[in-house]
Amino acid sequence: MNLDNIIQQTKTYYCLECGKCTSICPIAKFDPAYSPRVMIENALLGLEDELVYNKKLFSCLTCYTCQLECPSDVDYPMFVRGARVLAQQAGEHGDYAHSGQLQSLERIMTNPVLKQNRLDWLTNEYRTSEQSDTLYFVGCSPYFEPVFEYSGVRTLNIAEASLKILNSLGIEPMVLPEERCCGHDMLWTGDVETFKKLAEHNSGLIKESGVKKIIFSCPEGYRTFKLDYPEYGFNLDCEIMHISELLAQKLETDGISFKEVKKKVTYQDPCRLGRHLGVYDAPRKVLQAIPGIELVEMEHNKEESICCGTSCFTNCDSYSKEIRAARLLEAKATGAETLITSCPKCQTHFKCAMVNKGEEKGPDVEIEVMDLVNLVADAMGG
Amino acid sequence: MAEFEPLIIGFACNWCTYAASDLAATARVPLPHNVRLIRVMCSGMVDPIYVLKAFEGGADGVLVAGCKYTDCHYIDGPIKCDAMVEKLRKVLHVLGLEDRFRREMISTSEGVVYTRVIEEMAEHLKKLGPSPLKSKMEALA
Repeated sequence: MNLDNIIQQTKTYYCLECGKCTSICPIAKFDPAYSPRVMIENALLGLEDELVYNKKLFSCLTCYTCQLECPSDVDYPMFVRGARVLAQQAGEHGDYAHSGQLQSLERIMTNPVLKQNRLDWLTNEYRTSEQSDTLYFVGCSPYFEPVFEYSGVRTLNIAEASLKILNSLGIEPMVLPEERCCGHDMLWTGDVETFKKLAEHNSGLIKESGVKKIIFSCPEGYRTFKLDYPEYGFNLDCEIMHISELLAQKLETDGISFKEVKKKVTYQDPCRLGRHLGVYDAPRKVLQAIPGIELVEMEHNKEESICCGTSCFTNCDSYSKEIRAARLLEAKATGAETLITSCPKCQTHFKCAMVNKGEEKGPDVEIEVMDLVNLVADAMGG
Repeated sequence: MAEFEPLIIGFACNWCTYAASDLAATARVPLPHNVRLIRVMCSGMVDPIYVLKAFEGGADGVLVAGCKYTDCHYIDGPIKCDAMVEKLRKVLHVLGLEDRFRREMISTSEGVVYTRVIEEMAEHLKKLGPSPLKSKMEALA
């Protein structure tokens, strides 16, 4: 793949250089040195080095906000994804957050003989079954748990709550002790080789298990399985669903009985679930079905929702933090006491932004951040 | 096939453990050859990524060794190191590599302790066998 192919595939040549992408880009709003328009212009002028050796290439959140405004329908996030492959080939990479631990973990996970202890959290409280035709994909939560402990996030809470929900819906899912990271971060930072290895391992395991349906609580895994695995030739022949979609479906068919939870909440659309896959209504339907929950919308909601500020744990800088602070202030301005999201990474990023609140450069805002499944699990009385 | 000899990557504090290894050598204590020492200025500066990268590269075991609490050249290095290790252990546990990691405090005069630690570790790793990530390194060779 060379730059010309990327331009052809993403229809970058249609660019009018109007700059609407830059005007709406959440990064460009705070970082004057970052401009999607200039990136595309450089590519179209054939200045490949300007593009590939530019550290800002890895700043893009691939959140698809730019495509809302683009009059020519240029697929900028896909263009960035392609350009990052070229950058990786040239030995370039972004600035990894958390010293690159998470990327290293993903590379270690490509090893097929690794014996992981990823299901230590799974106690007798939860019912799982090895013959089930439904799989719950746990994802990276067991790894995130120790890494993000400092910010008070318990990502495994999400996995636990998801299992509680599935159990009370009468589903005893299968969980795989040797599943790997879905490869999302590797794919979007241009390391396609690692992605393919992870995808091969996961799809092999899933085929072997013979499941018909896979449930995700993480939108990134959901997107990767739904769109990227087929694109790279890993067809699973399974129904792939986010847990909020499953809940919305069950609400319509059988109805779910919730107990009352008195709370005023607002909802953050994760970019992978929202703009990437168009799931806006399912989580809202679920929230509104819980008695006592008052759902208020932020100024930017649904399609216009603002990303949590970092993607793939790369180039997390002061601008990312400003995006987060602005978003948190927006959430606070609705008068809601809790910000609900359905992505573990959104939750981690928002909570991390609040770690040094009150300090000179910390945000002056505090709001409870919670995952959708945790709220639902509480309301179901699990 | 020759007997498996584990490869240990050691991160050793300049002021204590690294000096201890020197002391062991000048005292002509027979040193086990399984270890490759990497000198760092303080055990408190060892980042989880150093350890993960060592495993990723195919190390069978990783040792992080530095001063005792009262000896630190930089006052609170060992405390920082402990905090890092506590977090790292949990990550390594999920990866199934926790058993291959060791944290030690060896002061300057303890050349003998240093050799004993390496010997113990090598013995333990021999029982565990090669690291599951070893294949990656052999493929590169």
